[in-house]
Amino acid sequence: MLADKDRIFTNLYGIHDWRLAGARARGAWDNTKAILDRGPDAIVDEMKKSGLRGRGGAGFPTGLKWSFMPKEVKDRPHYLVVNADESEPGTCKDRDIMRHDPHLLVEGCLVAGFAMRAHAGYIYVRGEFYNEAEHLKIAIQEAYDAGLLGKNACGSGWDFDLYVHRGAGAYICGEETALLESLEGKKGMPRLKPPFPAGAGLYGCPSTVNNVESIAVAPTILRRGAAWFSSFGRPNNAGTKLFCISGHVNKPCNVEEAMSIPLRELIDTHAGGVRGGWDNLLAVIPGGASVPLLPKEICDTVLMDFDALRDQKSGLGTAAVIVMDKSTDIVKAIARLSYFYKHESCGQCTPCREGTGWMWRVMERMVVGDARIEEIDALEDVTKQVEGHTICALGDAAAWPIQGLIRHFRPEMERRIRTRSRQLAAE
Amino acid sequence: MAMITADPKDVPQVASFAFTPEYLEKAKALIAQYPSGRQASAVIGVLDLAQRQQGWLPRVAMDAVAKLLDMAPIRVYEIATFYTMFQLKPKGKYLLQVCTTTPCWLRGSDGVMKACREAADGETFSVQEVECLGGCVNAPVVQINDDFYEDLDEVSMRKLLEAFRRGETPKPGPQIDRQTSAPIGGPTTLKGV
Repeated sequence: MLADKDRIFTNLYGIHDWRLAGARARGAWDNTKAILDRGPDAIVDEMKKSGLRGRGGAGFPTGLKWSFMPKEVKDRPHYLVVNADESEPGTCKDRDIMRHDPHLLVEGCLVAGFAMRAHAGYIYVRGEFYNEAEHLKIAIQEAYDAGLLGKNACGSGWDFDLYVHRGAGAYICGEETALLESLEGKKGMPRLKPPFPAGAGLYGCPSTVNNVESIAVAPTILRRGAAWFSSFGRPNNAGTKLFCISGHVNKPCNVEEAMSIPLRELIDTHAGGVRGGWDNLLAVIPGGASVPLLPKEICDTVLMDFDALRDQKSGLGTAAVIVMDKSTDIVKAIARLSYFYKHESCGQCTPCREGTGWMWRVMERMVVGDARIEEIDALEDVTKQVEGHTICALGDAAAWPIQGLIRHFRPEMERRIRTRSRQLAAE
Repeated sequence: MAMITADPKDVPQVASFAFTPEYLEKAKALIAQYPSGRQASAVIGVLDLAQRQQGWLPRVAMDAVAKLLDMAPIRVYEIATFYTMFQLKPKGKYLLQVCTTTPCWLRGSDGVMKACREAADGETFSVQEVECLGGCVNAPVVQINDDFYEDLDEVSMRKLLEAFRRGETPKPGPQIDRQTSAPIGGPTTLKGV
């Protein structure tokens, strides 16, 4: 188990003071000027060496992303944008950072903004997180009042302004270019890439969009060093990570652990085990709703990191572990996710707009077995026609849970269809 | 996605809308967050202010927002109909937004929804099924106006609604003995911190 001294989020549960005095007592804002004095290039290098991969789901190396920003500010200003539009089903980690340790995020914004030569940052918080946004605003004001933000932030000679921008309910705004559209006052419809945000992002200016957790861990990484951070987890899967364990466990919770922890150890150690014991486990969605589920036999041994889960044709995603025991109607559980994607499709791309609705309707019939066996293949075929054929990854995210269901629970789907057709024949 | 109109027919007629000085000041503070000429960035925030002032978002309020932000009204209608938190019809005093996405459903959101539907009278309580609220380790979750009520079941939901009906404001957060998102019974980590 990760030692408490190696945990970054030491007020994860909000037991202690979340305001500036409390945050400082826990080590935040400790000589931030010394970090900034190293200069942008040294900061980006250290972040690259740490092996931190983006914590919002895609797992793109954070330091590398920062390095894509132009090295000089020319006619267009640079922007840091933080994605706090946390809405991936199963995921509730950024919420805890914002409400219980907002200064980690605020300090991270200054460091990241400085490293990418931005004088302004926007934190896009999902609209439902009203109270979390309030905490963040208070933390930002405290930082201004203490000279940590604003003109000559922390005495570094760098000016940096930070703003909270609230959304109003749209999962799609978690997609980085949809988020930028929304931040500009438009509907959250993803942009075609390229150009990537580092070339033309917010207001057409060089911008970088990072997840809350990726930014909040940066100051600690820079203080304790890349070698410390990368000492956790397997190579290419470095660091500590917030895990959200929900569903059929005895004690659902958020917890910070080392990457590459075995899934079973994570659930047994922190979440009080699967309801009814490990043998009562049916399946786990290991990384938020978008990633394919894993049946028990894979869960027995799989490690919680990007590569191990990818090798099992799933993914770490946001590290939101949704546990389902044997009482679960597994087809219905996935059908509910299909409804989610249908509801959240922005409607811009035809395969997604039409496909998510079609897949959901077929999934609803699969729940009661009101289908023909061949329709399972047709459903799988449609998921592949949606996957990879849309501007953003929402189409993929709608396809993958169904593909995972068919891969691992096809016999159950067939059983329902046979039972239903026997019932109909008997009537 | 769903087809939503900015101008529903079955709503009360609201003749005009103007921001009160207090809300106007808040709107101007929001606009100041963005570079000059980028005031459209404030549209979500200013629509939210209009909704807070009026209780819901009639079309005349959208028009006032468009005028304030120097936007074409259609651009504001697009926003008001795209984002699910904008209420285009009047709501009860308490809006019960019940999450029924898989993590909440696995832990009994059906029962919570049943309790809310039975209480919904359109005056004290309105109910709305919503997608993932982002409180999954405290499922099931219901958002009541600005606050999250967590770790609910049908029985505790009914109790909560009764308290609201009596005019009380129950404490948000977990409705069982539990510290926020920590495991029930106490954290497994950070005990010495």
